[in-house]
Amino acid sequence: MQKSLYIDANKCTGCLQCEMACSYENYGVFNISKSRIKVFNFEHAGRKVPYTCTQCAEAWCLHACPVDAITLDALTGAKVVNDATCVGCKVCTIACPFGTVNYVAETGKVQKCDLCGGDPACASACPTGAITYVDANWTGLDKMQQWAGKTDTQPRANA
Amino acid sequence: MGWTRKILRVDLTKGTCKSEPLNMQWAQEYLGQRGLATKYFIEEVDPKVDPLAPANKLIMATGPLTGTMASTGGRYSVITKGALTGAIACSNSGGYFGAEMKFAGWDMVIFEGKSPKPVYLSIEDDKAELRDAAHLWGQTVWKTEEIIKKTHQDPQVRVASIGRAGENGVMYACIVNDLHRAAGRSGVGTVMGSKNLKAVAIRGTKGAGAIKDGKAFMKATAAAKKVLVDNAVTGQGLPTYGTQVLMNVINEMGALPTRNHRDVQFEDARKISAEAMAEKRPTDGKANLVTNAACFGCTIACGRISKIDETHFSVVNKPEYWGATGGLEYEAAWALGAANGVGDLEALTFANMICNEDGYDPITFGATVGAAMELYELGILKKEQIGMEAPFGSAQALVQLAQMTAKGEGFGKELGLGSARLCAKYGKPELSMGVKKQEFPAYDSRGIQGMGLAYATSNRGACHLRGYTVASEVLGIPVKTDPLVTEGKADLVKAFQDATSVFDSAGVCVFTTFAWTLADLQPQLDAACDGGWSMEKLAVVGERIWNMERVFNNAAGFTAKDDDLPPRLKTEAAKTGPAKGKVSGIDVMRPEYYKARGWDDKGVPSKETLKRLGL
Repeated sequence: MQKSLYIDANKCTGCLQCEMACSYENYGVFNISKSRIKVFNFEHAGRKVPYTCTQCAEAWCLHACPVDAITLDALTGAKVVNDATCVGCKVCTIACPFGTVNYVAETGKVQKCDLCGGDPACASACPTGAITYVDANWTGLDKMQQWAGKTDTQPRANA
Repeated sequence: MGWTRKILRVDLTKGTCKSEPLNMQWAQEYLGQRGLATKYFIEEVDPKVDPLAPANKLIMATGPLTGTMASTGGRYSVITKGALTGAIACSNSGGYFGAEMKFAGWDMVIFEGKSPKPVYLSIEDDKAELRDAAHLWGQTVWKTEEIIKKTHQDPQVRVASIGRAGENGVMYACIVNDLHRAAGRSGVGTVMGSKNLKAVAIRGTKGAGAIKDGKAFMKATAAAKKVLVDNAVTGQGLPTYGTQVLMNVINEMGALPTRNHRDVQFEDARKISAEAMAEKRPTDGKANLVTNAACFGCTIACGRISKIDETHFSVVNKPEYWGATGGLEYEAAWALGAANGVGDLEALTFANMICNEDGYDPITFGATVGAAMELYELGILKKEQIGMEAPFGSAQALVQLAQMTAKGEGFGKELGLGSARLCAKYGKPELSMGVKKQEFPAYDSRGIQGMGLAYATSNRGACHLRGYTVASEVLGIPVKTDPLVTEGKADLVKAFQDATSVFDSAGVCVFTTFAWTLADLQPQLDAACDGGWSMEKLAVVGERIWNMERVFNNAAGFTAKDDDLPPRLKTEAAKTGPAKGKVSGIDVMRPEYYKARGWDDKGVPSKETLKRLGL
C-alpha cells in the first residue's frame, strides 16, 4: 500500500516541530531554514498551514530534470533527488508549479521532500495530528467519516 | 554543548557590533538565558545606575534548549535594570524570535550605551550591523515589522521591536516580537527606547546544531513531550482554554482581585472567561476565539488567536483591527477587566490589541487604570483631568485610555507612569497595588497566601512567574497545599523560585512546569549540554541565580521593607468567597522565608549562604 502525507491545516498550531524534525532527519541539525516542509502563518486569517511536496504522479520536476537526477522511489511513490547526479541547474524549481523543490546554496543541489524513505519525520513529530502519513488512496477518509457522522442523525420516527 | 558559544556586543554609542566568545565557566554556573545574562549584567553594570541612563545595559539572551526540539524550546529573555522597578528585570518571551537568534549563531546580544539617533540592529547569521531607523521611529510594533520585512525583501526575518509606548517613555513598555508575543514586564521596552534602539531584525540559517548527544536528546525530548500530553493542564486545559482556563476557577476561590483589590470576586468574571471567548456572540454569530496557537517548538499551544466583534464600539470604522490577532490571556483579561471592573470582553480584546500594537504591558496598564478609577471615585482625580468620566466598570474609559497611553496623549501620559508613581503623585501611594513599583498579576494574596509571599519577594517586583505557588495551592501541582494558610509557604515559595530560575535559564517555557519537574528537564539539558547536568547541580544553579539577583537588588538600594504588600491586603479583609475575613499573612511568612533562604532578618544573604552557592 502506498502512503502519502496528509495535511489538516485546521489542526496546525504553528509550533514548527515538523520543520525541526525535517532538518534533523536530513541534516542532523535543528535548522528550520533547511526544512523541506514549511508552515505558513496567515496572520490576519488566524490560519497556520503546513505545506510540502505532494509527490505528483506525473511529476513536473522529474520530467524537467535534464540529467535525470530526480527519480521515482517505487516503494513510497516519492520523487527523490539524487545528490550525486544533480548539477544544481534549478530547472526543476522552475518547473514545479507548487514551489516545493528548492535550491540549497550551501550544497549547490536542490532538495525536496522524499518522505524520509517511508517514515516521514514531520508526521512523527507533529503533536496535533495536523500532519499524518496515511493510505494514499484514502486521504479523504477522515473527512468522509466526519460527514458520515453527521448523516441521518434525525430521530427515527419509530424509535 | 547546547550553546553557540558566541555573544554579540553592540555598542550603541559608537555604533559597533563585535563578536565575543561565551564565558563557558559562567555557562556551567548559570546555564543560560536568565541566569547567564544576569551574571553578565551584574558583572558589567553598577547596581545604582539610572535605568534610563546610557550606562544601563540591555541583554537579549537565549537558553541552551532554545531553537531545539525540546517542547517550548523557543524562549528568550531580556535582562536589564527595569525602568518601572529599578530592580533587576528579566522578561521572557515566546514566539519565534528567540529561536531565530540561536539559528543565527548567537547565545545572546548585549546592548550598551545609547545611539545618537534611532537605529535598529540587523542580524543575518554572522553579519550584524546597526541601521538607520529614522523611518521606523514613531511607528507601531506592527508597522515596524511590516516595513522591515519589506525593506529586507525577506518575509522570513523575525523582528522584536518597541512601539510608540517605548519611544514615549511609558514606564512599562514591552519589547514585542512576532506581533503579539512580548518581553512584557518591568519596562524593558522603556530601556530599549531610552537607547534609541527601535528594533532587532534577525534571520538565522545556521541552526542549533551543537547538541552534545543527539540520540539521547531526541529520546529525552520525546519522553518529556509525552509527560505534557498526559497531564490534564498541559494536555487538555491549556490547549483548549488557554491560560484563561483560570478565570472562573480563581474567581470561585475568591482570589480574583477586583476594582483595585477592593473586592476578591468579580460578578462579571464569566463574561470575560475562556468559556465566553469560545461562545458565539449574539451580534455576529461568531466566537471571539478563532484558534489556539503555539510559540516555537511548543506542543502545548496555550496561545489565543482572536477576532474582535466588528460591530463593537471600539472598532467601528476601524477595519485594521478586524483581522485575527493575539487574543486575551488570563493575566491580561484580568488586568484589563476585573482589576477595573470592566466586564466587556470585546473592550478587553481591543485594549489588549493596542497593548500589542504599541508595546506596553497590559498587566501594569490595566492595574494602573484600576488605580486611576479608584482615585476618580474618591474624587481625587476629576473628569476634567482624565478627559472623561472614569468610574469602575467603564469600558468606554478603558478603550479611550488605552489609545491615549499608546500615543502619549493627555491623561495617557500620566497612566504611562504606572500606578505607583501615579498614586504617589496624587498623594495616595497606598492605592498602588504592587510590589517594588510593579503591579500585581491576577491572584489575590488574601485568598492564595503563598502568592503574597511570592510577590513580596520576587526579584523583579510583583510577579506570578517567579514562583507560581498557584500550581500547588490551587491546582495541586506537585502537591496540594491549603491556599488559606501561611504555614509551609516559605519553603514552598523558595522551592518554586529556585526551580523556576532553572526553567527560565534553559530556553523552555515556565508553563511546562504544570507537568514537568526538574526531573523532566534534567535529561534534556544533560543530553544537550556538556559539563554533566545532574539534579543536584541544577538545584544549586537555581538557588544561585535567585541569590545573585537578590544581591544585585540589595546593592541597588532595596531593603526588607520593599518585600512587603500594600496595606490594603494586610488590613482590609476579603469580603466574599472562601477567603472571606482573611488578610495576607505576609508579616508572618517573610521572616520564615528569610530563614529558609539563609538570609539575615534584613533580607541580606549570609556569608555562609553566598559561600555555599559560590557567589
